[in-house]
Amino acid sequence: MAFLLVIGTRKGLFRAISDDRRGWEVSGPLRLDSEDHINVAAVYAVGVNPHNRRILVGAESSHFGPSVWSSDDLGATWREPDAAPIAFPPDVEDSFARVWQFAFGDEPDTVYAGVEPHALFRSADGGESFELVRALWDHPHRANWFPGAGGAAIHTVLPGRVRAAETDPLAMTVAMSTGGVYQTRDDGRTWSPANRGITTTFLPEETPEYGQCVHKVAVAADGGFYAQNHHGVYRSADPASGWESIAEGLPSDFGFALVAHPHAPGTALNFPVVSEAVHLPPGNRLQVHRTDDGGATWRPVNGGLPADPYFGIVLRDGACTDGADVPGFYFGTRSGDVYVTTDDDAEWRQVAAHLPDVLCVRAIEV
Amino acid sequence: MTVTVFLPQVLRVESSGAARIDIPLGGADGTARLRDVLDELALRHPRLDRRLRDERGRLRRYVNVFVDDDECRAVSGLDTPVREGAEIRVLPSVAGG
Repeated sequence: MAFLLVIGTRKGLFRAISDDRRGWEVSGPLRLDSEDHINVAAVYAVGVNPHNRRILVGAESSHFGPSVWSSDDLGATWREPDAAPIAFPPDVEDSFARVWQFAFGDEPDTVYAGVEPHALFRSADGGESFELVRALWDHPHRANWFPGAGGAAIHTVLPGRVRAAETDPLAMTVAMSTGGVYQTRDDGRTWSPANRGITTTFLPEETPEYGQCVHKVAVAADGGFYAQNHHGVYRSADPASGWESIAEGLPSDFGFALVAHPHAPGTALNFPVVSEAVHLPPGNRLQVHRTDDGGATWRPVNGGLPADPYFGIVLRDGACTDGADVPGFYFGTRSGDVYVTTDDDAEWRQVAAHLPDVLCVRAIEV
Repeated sequence: MTVTVFLPQVLRVESSGAARIDIPLGGADGTARLRDVLDELALRHPRLDRRLRDERGRLRRYVNVFVDDDECRAVSGLDTPVREGAEIRVLPSVAGG
């Protein structure tokens, strides 16, 4: 048994492997391509297919654009399809800018990609080629979806989930900045907003039907949802019915990342940021907060983290769990530090330091 | 007519190592455009094409293409005429890194 941690940064992809999740062998930037300009491209999305361990990477060269690379040997070798894996159809004026999220369906070859500009693509061949989910692209709300500070993207894709205690292969929840949460129950043919109770600070209406800048949604072990909003932290058993605030007790209700425990429904980790105007950790102190009661209370879990002033925050896909029986939790910061803890360990332990700024992490037991 | 495309080192992995590629074009001299050259190049090297252009056929922001001595954006963009024997140089812009 071993654990694989894939780390996407502003300057390439890194990999860490461990037998015990305490000592890590870190390598990178990995060679996606024989040209260095690709190997130091910004990696905004990584995904590890739980069915076959294929790694997908969405990377973007500042000069030569975005693409998708895959590895079937845990990152030792990589390939890029000749044909563009993701491209908008000819009648769409926009062009593909960046993958923000990979997600995997029940079928081993079904892969979803949330991308910039706001769009969802679906692959039926394991990520070799993707097709635009047309109904969401054609949604009448699109004209009112605007870019957040990071861009205009679908950044959260949750196949099979629309409410607690219910899985449905025809259902899906996505989240976008801006736009908010949308859900389908008919395999993507129709989409409805599910933002009731989530607030905005940048629209005339405080709680509109849609248009929120939801930063990340995570599925709890019971199928419920946690959401980190652009100011606001929420939970919901049924997003179509509404969300309730669980921000009380956190040092800030702003942030990007949020991770749900894979087995304990009431447990989640939050990575607070000062505010929409100040993207720094509160008090200039790297910190993580944990709830074990569904957000009723929060407590800091900072053992092992630096006590000195710290200025790097955790971005929306900069934290994850490996989903193991005793789960590991991971996060990386914009200062290039990566930490891990396990559910039976009171300390965070450093996996890597001084990497380029971390954009995303994904971990899996292999 | 035939034109020659010159590629920078960083893109030659997409052209099987070729630094220059001769591109034959149909039609009479004076009727071809830069777009025709890149379309023909795309048929031979599709991954090279998407390093240069997005799926709408637009040149990427930090890719510069010189037709003889003129950067194409200073002429007519992808509609810049190309002459028989034109030398077309693809260069990454000074930005990025």
